[in-house]
Amino acid sequence: MKPRVGFFDFTCCEGCQLTILNLEDEFLELLELVEIVEFREIMTGQAAALDIAFVEGSIASPEEAARLQRIRERSRTLVALGACADNAGVNALSHFCPPDELGRSAYGRVVEGIEQRLPRPLECFVQVDARVPGCPIDGQEFLGLLQALLVGRTPELPAYAVCVECKLGEYPCTFEHGTVCLGPVTRAGCNALCLAAGDRCRGCRGLVDNPRSQPYRQILEQHGLTVEDILAEFRIFNLPPEKS
Amino acid sequence: MNIEIKHLARMEGHANLVVDTLNGELKECRLEIVESPRFFEVMLKGRHYSDVAPIAARICGVCSVSHTLASLAATENALGVKVSAQAQGLRRLLSYGENLQSHLLHLYFMAVPDYLGVPSLLPLAKTRRDLVARALRLKKVANDLVRIVGGRPVHPVTPRVGGFSALPAAQDLKELRRRLVAALADLEETVAMFASFAVPEMARDTEYLSLAADQGYPGLGERMVSSDGIDAPVADFADILTEYFKPYANAKFARASRDTLMVGPLARFRNASDKLSPMAKKVAAVLRLDAATTNPYHGNLARLTEVVHFFEEAIHLIDTLLLKGIRAESIWVPPGGGRGAGAVEAPRGTLFHAYTYDADGRISAANCIIPTAQNLGNIEADLRALVPQLLHLPQEEITLQLEMLIRAYDPCISCSTHLVKVEYV
Repeated sequence: MKPRVGFFDFTCCEGCQLTILNLEDEFLELLELVEIVEFREIMTGQAAALDIAFVEGSIASPEEAARLQRIRERSRTLVALGACADNAGVNALSHFCPPDELGRSAYGRVVEGIEQRLPRPLECFVQVDARVPGCPIDGQEFLGLLQALLVGRTPELPAYAVCVECKLGEYPCTFEHGTVCLGPVTRAGCNALCLAAGDRCRGCRGLVDNPRSQPYRQILEQHGLTVEDILAEFRIFNLPPEKS
Repeated sequence: MNIEIKHLARMEGHANLVVDTLNGELKECRLEIVESPRFFEVMLKGRHYSDVAPIAARICGVCSVSHTLASLAATENALGVKVSAQAQGLRRLLSYGENLQSHLLHLYFMAVPDYLGVPSLLPLAKTRRDLVARALRLKKVANDLVRIVGGRPVHPVTPRVGGFSALPAAQDLKELRRRLVAALADLEETVAMFASFAVPEMARDTEYLSLAADQGYPGLGERMVSSDGIDAPVADFADILTEYFKPYANAKFARASRDTLMVGPLARFRNASDKLSPMAKKVAAVLRLDAATTNPYHGNLARLTEVVHFFEEAIHLIDTLLLKGIRAESIWVPPGGGRGAGAVEAPRGTLFHAYTYDADGRISAANCIIPTAQNLGNIEADLRALVPQLLHLPQEEITLQLEMLIRAYDPCISCSTHLVKVEYV
């Protein structure tokens, strides 16, 4: 029997699920290898048990936490899909806004205890077995992870920084234009896509395993930045551990 | 009778539908929004203009191009940045690409299963492989258009304040043009398929709002118009659209001249059907789509008509861009602040962003009104009008017709930055 796979979303933009639907050429082949039993965005119905649950979005309410728990209970493997599920994603920014203002913007009044309802990554609530970082995820990286899971291999993520891929692509360093870039501390795997498009790295794939090690610190020092400066920039897509 | 559907399937984001009737009378009918609010307008405060569009794009995965373009237009109007004709052309092309990929995803993956009586398109990958392969082929051309111009199909990376940080290669645009032309055969089959579907009957008049069509079919623009006589600069949108709460509901709604308002493909078609491309006009005739229609189920027919229009327009636009030659441009952004608004026709309707910047180029206030917030009141009013007409049918049939009605709007709940739950303990 083909492995039964489900896709789920919580507080997010559904861009990662869309990236999977955008695999067009590989999508039909995917259907040969797995049985998609749940994918609310494109199908009706629920499944009793799943081999792999891909979960997009962060968890922002007790109801969402309970729904995630139920998905965890009926899934053998649970994968965090994308930055929101992995690191709280762009939702992380709300943790650094005045709580009263958040309540007023969404509910028209001050809301007590809103901090407890701010979006958090999946791993604050359930065990996460694997993750696909990025905002949005990279479709090919998702296929690589799925392949690893299907053959029973432990999925691995690159342990080096986006800077490495940027150098390999021979793109001009954004620091040279006086623009702060998170390439030195962000986990690689996107082929420095934003740098290739003339933009800078905003750190959507999360921290590389050992961001304080050389030579990243040297690059920052050369440009007058401290590790703390650059970690502050990281808040756009990442919730620091002490907040989650 | 009580119908309660939790987490409506085949749409963007999470919503519940509750319908309650007693002795043939409609007691309760509401669309509950159960998605958590995402506070984007507060999160944008203090951000530098160079970070604003990339953050705003994350409001929605499906409409990330539209949020990027509305955000850039608002910032450029606030800072007083002029954008070149080339950049405007590329932005229009990018917008066609997003409307195409969203419309095709909706038509094939969300709407077609209703007409074929299946829970999803996936099981058809074996039995109707031609249909599924055609859906994926068409969607791929649209996504490749966004990738070539925007750098990535979801959350584009090349558009920036003042223009583009990277330009598409002429060779890639030529190849894209070839594939857009080659896709016309698939479009023909799609139109034939939709022409054969029996679309439910319904009529309910409302106000139809879109951007103005002075320079062709509504797309990017500085003026907004409606069937009730609105004709105003986009900069005035906050005076024209009133956002309000309903006592029982958990979402913020918006209205203009009357109680309900419709934006999106059907509203654009109603306001500007004479500006459609020649091929799209023929398709509208084949689909028996009339510019005076008040049937919300016709949303899908208008969507398909637009698909043909955007294909044809994209081909002509690529020709124009290539004829002039794609040239690198220098971008200059004046320092200092100001206020500005921007609007685009997103797949689901008119999308507005407005920002105030301080002297350092950082946002001090942000306001976004998304299409679904404008459509929500209309969806509910349609449901209320429809339910009494369906009560003689079996419950499954009623449920299907109500779900189809909601889907005809292609509501985008995850996009909704303002969705609110009243019960908050």
